[in-house]
Amino acid sequence: MKTILIVEDSSTTRALIRAVIDELGDFDTVEAATGFEALKMLPQQEYDLIITDINMPDINGLELINFVRSNVRYSHVPIIIVSTERSEEDKKRGLALGATAYVTKPFKSVELQEAIQKIIGP
Amino acid sequence: MKASKKEFIAEAEDLLEESQRLILEIQDTFSSGLNPDTINALFRTMHTLKGVSGLFGLQGISSISHALETLMDDVRLGKIPMTDVVAGFLLKNLDIMKNLVDTISRDDEEGDISAFLKDIEAFRNSRKGRAEERADEERIDAAIMKVLSEYEEHRLKSNIKDGKGIYLAKAVFLLETFDTSLEKLTKTIKTVGELISTLPTSSNVPDGSIGFNLMFGSTRPLEEIKKTVNFDIDVLVQPKTAQQQSAAALATVKSPDAHLKSTSTTVRVDIEKLDRILHTIGELTLAKGAVKRIGTELVERYGRTELVYDVHKISQALERRLSELQGQVLEIRMVPIGQIFTRLAQIVRRYSRETGKDIELAVFGEDTELDKYLAEEIVDPLMHLMRNAIDHGIEPPEVRKQMGKKESGTIILKAYQKGNHVVIEVKDDGAGIDTVRVRKKAIEKGLIDDDVELQEKEIIDFIFTPGFSTKDVVSEVSGRGVGMDVVKNKLSALGGFAEVQTVRNAGTTFVLTLPITLAIIKALIVRVGKEKFAVPLTSMSETFIVEHKDIQTIEWKEVYYLRGEMLPMVRINNFFNIEGDSAERSFAVLAGFGERRVGLMVDEFFGQHEIVIKSHSDYMKNLRGFAGCAEIGKHEVILVLDAESLIDESVLKQKGGSHV
Repeated sequence: MKTILIVEDSSTTRALIRAVIDELGDFDTVEAATGFEALKMLPQQEYDLIITDINMPDINGLELINFVRSNVRYSHVPIIIVSTERSEEDKKRGLALGATAYVTKPFKSVELQEAIQKIIGP
Repeated sequence: MKASKKEFIAEAEDLLEESQRLILEIQDTFSSGLNPDTINALFRTMHTLKGVSGLFGLQGISSISHALETLMDDVRLGKIPMTDVVAGFLLKNLDIMKNLVDTISRDDEEGDISAFLKDIEAFRNSRKGRAEERADEERIDAAIMKVLSEYEEHRLKSNIKDGKGIYLAKAVFLLETFDTSLEKLTKTIKTVGELISTLPTSSNVPDGSIGFNLMFGSTRPLEEIKKTVNFDIDVLVQPKTAQQQSAAALATVKSPDAHLKSTSTTVRVDIEKLDRILHTIGELTLAKGAVKRIGTELVERYGRTELVYDVHKISQALERRLSELQGQVLEIRMVPIGQIFTRLAQIVRRYSRETGKDIELAVFGEDTELDKYLAEEIVDPLMHLMRNAIDHGIEPPEVRKQMGKKESGTIILKAYQKGNHVVIEVKDDGAGIDTVRVRKKAIEKGLIDDDVELQEKEIIDFIFTPGFSTKDVVSEVSGRGVGMDVVKNKLSALGGFAEVQTVRNAGTTFVLTLPITLAIIKALIVRVGKEKFAVPLTSMSETFIVEHKDIQTIEWKEVYYLRGEMLPMVRINNFFNIEGDSAERSFAVLAGFGERRVGLMVDEFFGQHEIVIKSHSDYMKNLRGFAGCAEIGKHEVILVLDAESLIDESVLKQKGGSHV
């Protein structure tokens, strides 16, 4: 079973992302409500995919991506950014920092499912 | 012209209009702080314009919008500071593009635009060096810059701009407890400056720990910062020296002086807030009325003692100040009508192109002021009249030529103040209204019998009937479903009215008369039997006394000769079916203006009162003859008569009850 780490400060969005992933059937999900929580959870287990928001209260998603990419232990983990369309520039930066894909909020479940399956699908 | 090209021109005009609006918004916010969203939106309109003009193979517009898009991209990324000069330059180029769009709409070639492109490029290069903070930013490690979100980058820039030093505190914490330690450090940093970003790192950090680079801006000396924060600190950007800073401070004190004068003496206020103030004034007016009444009662009861005299004096002062306050607030609501004329001018340009009729628009009296609410509400009726004039009024060029008229049609839009009213005229030099045809149509529609003799004025009034159109084909311009009746009803709702003057083959003039303001008005309080009503002074011109024996009946209409002119009369008691006084004479109010006038007969006048008209509930919406209701003190609520609909209703009733 592959594990996905969801980093998102909005609990409804987190629940939505989890539901979308559950629909796919074959993934475990772990959730972090803040960037700090994510930093703590990173060393605790292996992740196959990280889904992160950009605008969060403590550290932003870009800083998290940079942290993941610059640490040999996690640098191979693919990352999907889920963020609003207003942060066009942030999207560019995220991809430049090494995020694998970008899904714009609000998203259709299929969009996110397709992105996940393309990256770590069977 | 191909339809697709028409679409392009319409879209291009929309985009240019939107760009202009955005630039004006940017100019408005120079002093209060620019909104990055507005700048970004401006970038996007240029981007879209480039895209669509490219699709149509319009090289000129496409290249210019591309050049401006590049310029805007630099502005939005802060490479070029947004200043008044830049805004002015953009506006100039919008005009150039508008001309190009006009050229294309006339099916002409775009012409050589290389000079414009060179100009934009030169301008961009000349502005580029001006963003001083750019150099400072570049001193910051690219590795740090690239993880900043747009907002953090913005904060960084503004810290640098303010001359603050930019520092990086490096901390390493245990993974299990880093959040509490980090929170403590964050708090400490906030005591010396502004925390800009928190960057986690794992380089040079032992296992089980995590590193953080905290970027912050501060004006404090480095020694003090080091002592307070107590972590390794890198200096990323030096603070400006004290001298530089005071110079900068002086500059920020001096230059805004000039700035403030030009831009920030105006305040934008939501019209709703002004409405609320007026509402409060309305309530105060009622309270004032009560004080006045108490004063009068005191005189009656205790005579003119000193205390009573005091109350009287206070109530007078209150009255004066209140009416001053009212006047001032009403003045704030006033806008020059030119604001909406500009919008109408654009529409005329667009429709004249769509219909292939060359139209010259002449505008007079743009400075005439009226209430903002009324100005906004009158736009649609005016737009409809303009479309109508272009579509039905002005003949096609060939026809005009045959008739010996100038090939291009003329529409005159004119506004002026007349007492408490603003008059707006829309005049065209087109075909005029064909009264024979209107009459025929009215008979067809069963509005009149074919043997009824009507005056020309009465025939023309049929164009205000719902669903009435003499044009068999509904044109693209005038559209379907919106008729002159909408114009009339809107005006009536606003307390105004519409008149038409037309001369066959010479043109038509629509005269719209509106009260200057709706908010608080003076009204004459009248009595009919046991009922009281208010008649707004804005809808009446005089009062007179009528001896019943002088009233004559002509064609089922009751009329009275006022100074030799025939005036239709309406007995309010009969109209609303209430019992009036049985006297030999009545008081009468001359309501309406110009050609549409009527005498309203009532039993008694109670004098003037300031009222705030409140619309009544939906339950009573279908009752004609009332404009709403108003409170006149002592919790007494009375109905406000609507002269316009009374005139209509009376004509219908007396014409033998052909109610629609």
